[in-house]
Amino acid sequence: MLAKRIIPCLDVDHGRVKKGVNFINLKDVGDPAEIAAAYQKQGADELVFLDITATNEKRKAIIETIEKVASRVFMPLTVGGGIHSVDDMQSLLKAGADKTAVNSAAVSNPALITAGAEKFGSQCVVLAIDAKWNAASQQYDVYANGGRKQTPLNAIEWAKRGVELGAGELLVTSMDKDGTKSGYDIDLYRKLTEAVNVPVIASGGCGQLQDFAEVFDQGNVDGALAASVFHFGELTIEDVKADLRKAGVAVR
Amino acid sequence: MITVIDYDTGNTRNVKNALDFLGVENQLTSKPTDILNSDGLILPGVGAFKKAVDALNERKLVPVIQQAANQGIPILGICLGMQLLFDKSYEFGESDGLGLIDGEVVPIPDNLGVKVPHMGWDKNISVKADPLADGFDGQFSYFVHSYYVKTAEKNILSFVDYGVKIPSIVRRRNVIGFQFHPEKSG
Repeated sequence: MLAKRIIPCLDVDHGRVKKGVNFINLKDVGDPAEIAAAYQKQGADELVFLDITATNEKRKAIIETIEKVASRVFMPLTVGGGIHSVDDMQSLLKAGADKTAVNSAAVSNPALITAGAEKFGSQCVVLAIDAKWNAASQQYDVYANGGRKQTPLNAIEWAKRGVELGAGELLVTSMDKDGTKSGYDIDLYRKLTEAVNVPVIASGGCGQLQDFAEVFDQGNVDGALAASVFHFGELTIEDVKADLRKAGVAVR
Repeated sequence: MITVIDYDTGNTRNVKNALDFLGVENQLTSKPTDILNSDGLILPGVGAFKKAVDALNERKLVPVIQQAANQGIPILGICLGMQLLFDKSYEFGESDGLGLIDGEVVPIPDNLGVKVPHMGWDKNISVKADPLADGFDGQFSYFVHSYYVKTAEKNILSFVDYGVKIPSIVRRRNVIGFQFHPEKSG
């Protein structure tokens, strides 16, 4: 029985975790390797690093970060943020990342998905999608550039196309739910998981313990990503897994 | 000395990281003399079967690994590295593997209500007592693959249940395969 995955997400800027992380007993609160090790100890199933570095040293900084993390943390690592080419993917995979997540670059150049999948295998290419409900057209729109730019794409159709092009997993953020702490967007994930047969990771909206069981049960997703509830110690991964076990969801 | 066979495949660094972390003396190389003088070999692998076979052939490593196996050097194949130990695969057409264990590599059926790739932590179920596999019984390991091995029961030490029984640990004498990533299952 495949376990459902609980995935903390870390925003990294110039080699430091940017958003506050203040759960207990960390010597250096902004160090990615230190934080990653703490999450491993808590029982995280995977980690996602989102590179938010905006300067030219971008690539070098994130590669050094991943090298450091991969030398002491032994679980799957996904890296996203500003990946534009197969070379970008390769340098991150060489540094120790297991998967690379493409978002805006795949929207403007869908062939990037196929190129990455052919070179490294589909399992290394995660298609990240930022989706927002459009009440007028009654569909989920895809946004690019960190949610700043609306695209003509329909999220469900884009997800299907991405899988056809070679994506081995989808990491889908609900922009409507992100930051609200009102639960994951169940409707979005139900539609997505009916449309594709690759693993889907839900992101955005997690605020309480029962949100996890709900998105696994009703959204049929394979992993649930969360940032602030873990970073601020509002929930621990142990708490989440204990609750999921009670709800009959398979966890590690 | 443990040798991680270097043939420019994805996860060699992570395997080396894990050995370094454990304090195991190791080297990353594709030199035949180094390979044949090792106490143990690790064949990592990520990506597609055919590309990996081509990469082994380019470096003329197929006969070297086969000779090492015949000499009795313990060989551990990880993920795609495990699949390479078998006779052949049907990933992107048919291609021959190392032929060290009888069997072939076929796609995970996607009509069984399971998602493909098989990605995530899954529970090993032992079917045969073996000091190599006993510690994994009932334990979760990290898997990521779309193809799996079909082989005789005698070669299977443990499996995971994913619509089909996917062998997670296989062994024929000194040749061992882990379908999961031990270096990512910390």
